[in-house]
Amino acid sequence: MKVLVPVKRVIDYNVKARVKADQSGVDLANVKMSMNPFDEIAVEEAVRMKEGKEHHAAGTATEIVVVSIGVTQAQETIRTALAMGADRGLLIQSDTDLEPLAVAKLLKAVVEEEKPDMVLLGKQSIDGDNNAVGQMLAALLDWPQATFAGKIVIADGKATVTREVDGGLQTLAASLPAVVSVDLRLNTPRYASLPNIMKAKKKEIAVKAVADYGVDTAPRLKVLKVTAPAQRSAGIKVADAAELVSKLKTAGVL
Amino acid sequence: MAVLVIADRDGDAVRDTTHKTVTAALKLSGDVDILVIGQGSKAAADAAAKIAGVRKVLLAESAGLGHQLAEAVAATVVDLAAGYDAILSPATTDGKNFMPRIAAKLDVAPISDIMEVVSADTFVRPIYAGNALETIQSGDAKKIITVRPTSFDAAAEGGSAPVETTAGADGGKAAFVSEEMVKSDRPELGAAKIVVSGGRALGSAEEFLAVMDPLADRLGAAVGASRAAVDAGYAPNDYQVGQTGKVVAPALYIAIGISGAIQHLAGMKDSKIIVAINKDADAPIFQVADYGIVGDYKTVVPELMTALG
Repeated sequence: MKVLVPVKRVIDYNVKARVKADQSGVDLANVKMSMNPFDEIAVEEAVRMKEGKEHHAAGTATEIVVVSIGVTQAQETIRTALAMGADRGLLIQSDTDLEPLAVAKLLKAVVEEEKPDMVLLGKQSIDGDNNAVGQMLAALLDWPQATFAGKIVIADGKATVTREVDGGLQTLAASLPAVVSVDLRLNTPRYASLPNIMKAKKKEIAVKAVADYGVDTAPRLKVLKVTAPAQRSAGIKVADAAELVSKLKTAGVL
Repeated sequence: MAVLVIADRDGDAVRDTTHKTVTAALKLSGDVDILVIGQGSKAAADAAAKIAGVRKVLLAESAGLGHQLAEAVAATVVDLAAGYDAILSPATTDGKNFMPRIAAKLDVAPISDIMEVVSADTFVRPIYAGNALETIQSGDAKKIITVRPTSFDAAAEGGSAPVETTAGADGGKAAFVSEEMVKSDRPELGAAKIVVSGGRALGSAEEFLAVMDPLADRLGAAVGASRAAVDAGYAPNDYQVGQTGKVVAPALYIAIGISGAIQHLAGMKDSKIIVAINKDADAPIFQVADYGIVGDYKTVVPELMTALG
């Protein structure tokens, strides 16, 4: 099975996003950037499928192609995935941050070229928090989708996916090819070893431009402003539980 | 301008996330219809018809729609889309699953998790885990929107809209296999008026249960947990409150042994009153708490139970 894993370069999840004073967006100058953590989980799962780790049979995945759409530095993100065990990379260079619909259209074009059996990706990026690309790609390809995967089993041309839904778990069997988006508890991604980081330097990363795909990526949404949320101010310390209960009764919440 | 709200069905009822989405829809238009999807959903459609301000309720049934599978839901909604300028769903895991699929089929850029309706084409939504809010204007003729339920008041009951049936799509390349829902007599985390949440300080799954359950039962509260407590295996994943779990905004949120990492605060900082119980006086949770008690939960929680009577 050939697996395509789209990855996004985003602000590192340990960094607190700060809004620019002119309200034009979030300040990313000199901020540490990393692979979107959900995408890292997708890469890890694909590599486990190839290695035959956990419940996966060895060779479940035969080739792992990583694609990123973004600035030149997104090659570093692709390189990280290659060091984790992916086989080759593709960067579709874009200096502007594309909307999920445009990303889904570009990925559809990549799928048509690469013909993977599965697209495995993070459920959302931690910058835009849209949670949309996987579902939109599945729609454009007319493929089945299984979002929020907490467990994936590949057998008999199907992906049996246990999804983390409100109130519990739901299991679906999606015929391949399919789009699967992953949730946090699917696995814990590895740190790439030094030899694998060295090896990854020799792996191929093809670089293309958005224009090469002839896809309409014009924005549909206009960002009018980006602001910081209202800050809560610290309240008071109370001496004991009795005082707390009395305050809560006065506030009308008990 | 007509708006379609996709109901969040709960057996024979609809969850109050539906009522809250109707409130958001009514800010866009006075002509709001509700679509109830499922199999054997007539009672739920009748319940939806009682929401005040609703023009009519559409009921779409088929075997494939019973589990809200994305392909069948999207096909059903796309068939109805011509009659609406906006389609809204609560930002539940179901809504997040099928709404972008619907949007792509209609060549529309979806708008996720709105917190405010500024005008018919302009909305406020959280980005960067709620550390920033973006105000965006949609240039699409049709709007496909998921609504953050905790940001809107529930529409009242008291309506009597007519219920009509509509075609329900079936089939798809993904089939339902099974589900495993957590059974509880307590209110749902997302809808509870009071939430008590435990953190890693509780130290074990047994202790979590022994401390949190009696307090939750006494208060009629839902139980939540920090991601640290979930990762440590003290509480199940669907208890998780935060950026990577559920976003809650109850009238009262009591955080016990939770330090207050950014990712947790993103999930509860819109609660009306926040109480923090933590033995570390410098824990960040106290910076957002209305009332804080610095002390060991092992002594404070039993005292709280006594004070509650």
